[in-house]
Amino acid sequence: MLNTFKRGGVHPDDGKIYAKDKAIETPAVPAQVVIPMSQHFGAPCTPTVKVGDLVKKGQLIGTSDAFLHADIHASTSGKVIKVAPMPHNMMVKCMAVVIQADGKDEWAEGIPAEHDWKQLDKKEIIELIKKAGVVGCGGATFPAHVKLAPNKPVDTFIVNGAECEPYLTCDYRSMVEKETTEKLVTGVQICMKALGVQKGYIGVEDNKPEAIKNLTEAFKDIPEVTVVTCKTKYPQGAEKMMIEACTGRQVEPGGLPMDVGCVVSNVGTVIAITDAVCHGIPFIERLTTVTGDCIKEPKNLRLRIGTTYQEAIDYCGGFTTQPDRVIGGGPMMGLAQYQLDVPVTKGASGILALSPEKCQVGVEEPCIRCGRCVEACPMGLVPSQLSIFSSCQAWDKCMEYGVMNCVECGSCVYTCPAKRNIVQYIRNAKAQVKAMQKAAQAKAAAKKA
Amino acid sequence: MSPEAKGQTIGKDANNMQELKLTVSSSPHVRCNETIPKIMWSVVAALVPAAVFGVYYFGMNGLANIVVAIVSAVVFEFLWEKLMHKKITIKDGSAVITGLLMAMCCPPTLPWWMSIVGSFLAIVVCKQAMGGLGANLFNPAHVGRAGLMVSWPVAMTTWTQLNGTVVDGVAGATPLNVFKHGGTDALFQLFGTTDWGTIYQNLFIGTRNGSLGETSTVLLILGGLYLIYKGYVNWQVPVIMIATVGVLMGIGYGPNVALFEMMAGGLIIGAFFMATDMVTAPITLKGQMIFALGCGIITVLIRVLGGYPEGVCYSILLMNALTPLIDRAVKPKVFGEVKTKGAK
Repeated sequence: MLNTFKRGGVHPDDGKIYAKDKAIETPAVPAQVVIPMSQHFGAPCTPTVKVGDLVKKGQLIGTSDAFLHADIHASTSGKVIKVAPMPHNMMVKCMAVVIQADGKDEWAEGIPAEHDWKQLDKKEIIELIKKAGVVGCGGATFPAHVKLAPNKPVDTFIVNGAECEPYLTCDYRSMVEKETTEKLVTGVQICMKALGVQKGYIGVEDNKPEAIKNLTEAFKDIPEVTVVTCKTKYPQGAEKMMIEACTGRQVEPGGLPMDVGCVVSNVGTVIAITDAVCHGIPFIERLTTVTGDCIKEPKNLRLRIGTTYQEAIDYCGGFTTQPDRVIGGGPMMGLAQYQLDVPVTKGASGILALSPEKCQVGVEEPCIRCGRCVEACPMGLVPSQLSIFSSCQAWDKCMEYGVMNCVECGSCVYTCPAKRNIVQYIRNAKAQVKAMQKAAQAKAAAKKA
Repeated sequence: MSPEAKGQTIGKDANNMQELKLTVSSSPHVRCNETIPKIMWSVVAALVPAAVFGVYYFGMNGLANIVVAIVSAVVFEFLWEKLMHKKITIKDGSAVITGLLMAMCCPPTLPWWMSIVGSFLAIVVCKQAMGGLGANLFNPAHVGRAGLMVSWPVAMTTWTQLNGTVVDGVAGATPLNVFKHGGTDALFQLFGTTDWGTIYQNLFIGTRNGSLGETSTVLLILGGLYLIYKGYVNWQVPVIMIATVGVLMGIGYGPNVALFEMMAGGLIIGAFFMATDMVTAPITLKGQMIFALGCGIITVLIRVLGGYPEGVCYSILLMNALTPLIDRAVKPKVFGEVKTKGAK
């Protein structure tokens, strides 16, 4: 039986062939690492080190007083040579700590610290995850310690192993390689204990039969965890779609997974949680797929946070031909980069170099109302109409048609025969509507005062 | 392209890196292969067999009409876009469809200059004046036909004299017209038989009087199936429209007449190629199904109660007018709006 979300979805060429069978490799520690202070959803951190300081691997170098943040740690030992705004893969520029590696790669005192997770209580688990600065690895980078302490009762933990973005294969490798699979098994149990839930699911798309087989075997002694085979359909890995596929529950518009009793975490996140809880190792490296038709030898790499895209691409033999674009993340939701000296951050699931042939976007034509976007929209919107309202700046109409429900998966744009930039119009509308709502709130507050 | 890529590495060359020019755009970065011309030309291809049959059956004047209608439609589109300084879109195939469909929905004997007037109404008045491709409210081909119908009703209802076929001797009437005014008896007389099977056979193959491209049920259905296979047409639309006509006629006149009505007139071509027009039909499947139902009901009302023997063209035009309202009323259900049963 194949589980999936009921409505919408598209089937882009999955491009997984490039790196699917490449075992995870760990390149040497780079000569210097650039560690941005904002790598998570929430308040940016403030550097706790200054130029000239000597730091050790795993040492805290950035933190914040804000509730929603994730601590940032040095990814190797060395000397801080710069604390300044540096290029960033999502924010153009961001305050960063640059560490010149000393080559010793020494752990800070007290790391690693072995714990038996079974002896720990909920609070201690969450505290260890917080201390390690773990964030969601799927791309949204939501701090894990906040996610695992929901303020509503939950009964289900879901591991998102869909990896529905074309080309990316690092989650797949994690689910077939022995070491990471073991960590995944432990991590799921840790998360379920932290949440106090009895039911766990791992959703994997059926284009990864080896992963499904391996996980079914790995979880055979843990009956409360079910491996769910999901239909290969983008965006299967979107949180709300994954919840529907595994449990049949639908998150209401504007709602959160916990509203339907679920918490969803990515495969990489769960593995990082195992490292954090069992070994006290902070989030200083992650798996990133370096792939695309312009990469000489596509690979799945375990990269230190702060390695630049350029270094990662060089490790894979560089480019074969000039890429048209280099994308941080997958082709459907990733961010196109304009330079390669940006660092790999906690949310960097992929570095994708695509030739012009692979990413022809075409020339925008008028909408012929074919309805393909309506069919493709997993959220049940009318994307074509929203794009037209947005282009006319009819923001009130956009709201009436539920623009804020858009998850920006890009299925509408992918499927549009008129090559309309539908989701781009929608993003603009969402920003405008948000600004309007904010202004209205401010006005209301001023009136009260 | 294979993962084992070609050429030498350029990434490590510092000089080359300076010249690395990357496209920066908002995601998604990949698109499907579907394009507007691909869709439009597929529709043209789907219509060609029935059009060829029409020319074979009705003669070379039919071919002249098709050519004149297509060429004039394309020329009007070109001229308008040139005059209005708009992008020339004649290659996308949509004007070709309009011309072809209009010619196929008119009598084969139509004077050629009337086709030009029809194309003008379709392309300039109906389509371009409303804003061009995607902006027209009504189906251009049907607007052209309806315009000709009210302007030259005689020319538009004069049918070919066919020699050596079963309709020989009763020229000047389509089976639908004969049935409307003379009932079943006249229909039997027209086909020279009292066997419904023979009548159906003629209607199925297309050996009957009628508009140039509407007669061959089998070829039109094959073309329609091709579009359904390609995913350009939702099968529900033609099925609902034809079934509605069949059921309503069946209730009134019995199953024999119902099957006759389903294959006669312009119902098959209308249901597969006009009611499914992307631009002028509702955008949601549910809306399209309501649209198809409405088309079927209005077709029957006109055929039974109206002055014309045929009602497909007007039924579709009337429902076109309702499309914006249907789209406003029938929206897809937003994800999670109503809790599913599994939710706690």
